[in-house]
Amino acid sequence: MKGKKQKNRHVYWNPYFGGFLLGLLIIATFYLTGRGLGASGAIKSGVVSMVHTVAPTHAENNAYYSKFIKEGESPLNNWLVFEAIGVLLGAFLSGALTGRLKLKVQHSPKISSRRRLIFALAGGLLFGLGAQIARGCTSGAALSGMAVLSVGGFITMIAIFGTGFMVAYFFRKNWI
Amino acid sequence: MGPLIPNGLIPVEWNYVIAILIGMAFGYILEASGFSSSRKLAGVFYGYDFVVLKVFFTSAVVSVIGLYYLDYLNFLDISQLYVQPTYLWAAIIGGMIMGVGFLAGGFCPGTSFCGAAIGKIDAIVFIIGLTIGIFVFAEAFTFLEPLFNSSNLGHITMVDILDISPYWFILIFTIIAIGSFVFSDWVRSKVKKVFY
Repeated sequence: MKGKKQKNRHVYWNPYFGGFLLGLLIIATFYLTGRGLGASGAIKSGVVSMVHTVAPTHAENNAYYSKFIKEGESPLNNWLVFEAIGVLLGAFLSGALTGRLKLKVQHSPKISSRRRLIFALAGGLLFGLGAQIARGCTSGAALSGMAVLSVGGFITMIAIFGTGFMVAYFFRKNWI
Repeated sequence: MGPLIPNGLIPVEWNYVIAILIGMAFGYILEASGFSSSRKLAGVFYGYDFVVLKVFFTSAVVSVIGLYYLDYLNFLDISQLYVQPTYLWAAIIGGMIMGVGFLAGGFCPGTSFCGAAIGKIDAIVFIIGLTIGIFVFAEAFTFLEPLFNSSNLGHITMVDILDISPYWFILIFTIIAIGSFVFSDWVRSKVKKVFY
């Protein structure tokens, strides 16, 4: 431990170990359910459910919401919603066991919290929109799609990361 | 033979219990790998932290090898697994919008859940953004529908379009993944360290 230079304080798993376990989890998910993992689908169910509660006629007349509305069943009664609840529990458990639970805004010292939150909101908005257009986000389309060699999974993955590298320059102040 | 629930080997009632357990494992792995930190995630785009690339590619290689091996051993019928349909332009344009969203927001949906679960306010705000984005999409659906439903290529896989044996594809993919790990370590050694 001597002569240790400045290091990042967080101690995370070796990425190959994490990736290996995640791979096993994806295998188990497909083996059990025949489908992959997902994340944005749960939020979609939430949105459909909210709109359907506030404005039922509007939701039923909308060509997109109406795909997910079934008579006598809440849109929240959905595999991905339960999975997302599990994600929150699992992440909380991991954070709790390693002492990472803390209410804070994480941002580069070069920018303010306010700027970070505005960008987070805008980024979330774009991600939500893009995930609907592409029929899945990094989890559902890219990660699970690649496991079954789906062409769409590979294309979505390349589009997300390719665009990320192209626009990284414009967002550099936020991160480095 | 798997998949177990669609083939009725596990009663459907277990579906949601399994969903929560799988979700917990997913969240735990992501958080423990550092995916609850937006600055760690963004590192891949600036060369100071490649955890995203390493976790992502390792899991892709492990899962595809495992699934095809289970199929080879007849434990699983790979043709029964759900393959996301490919809508070419929707996948490209949607992916590009997500790419910009990733750089602006620093999360993707799954990782923002992890961030929110350990108290990152930026992750909670990102989730609010996601909700708004999905709402905007649904409200503008009439306008976006032509893009959403165009260029449907069906449930195709890389094996279909490249017309090669899946085993060869997986081998080449694995080699590319390992090459990218070596390359990323080399890049990281050249780039100025970022502390967060």
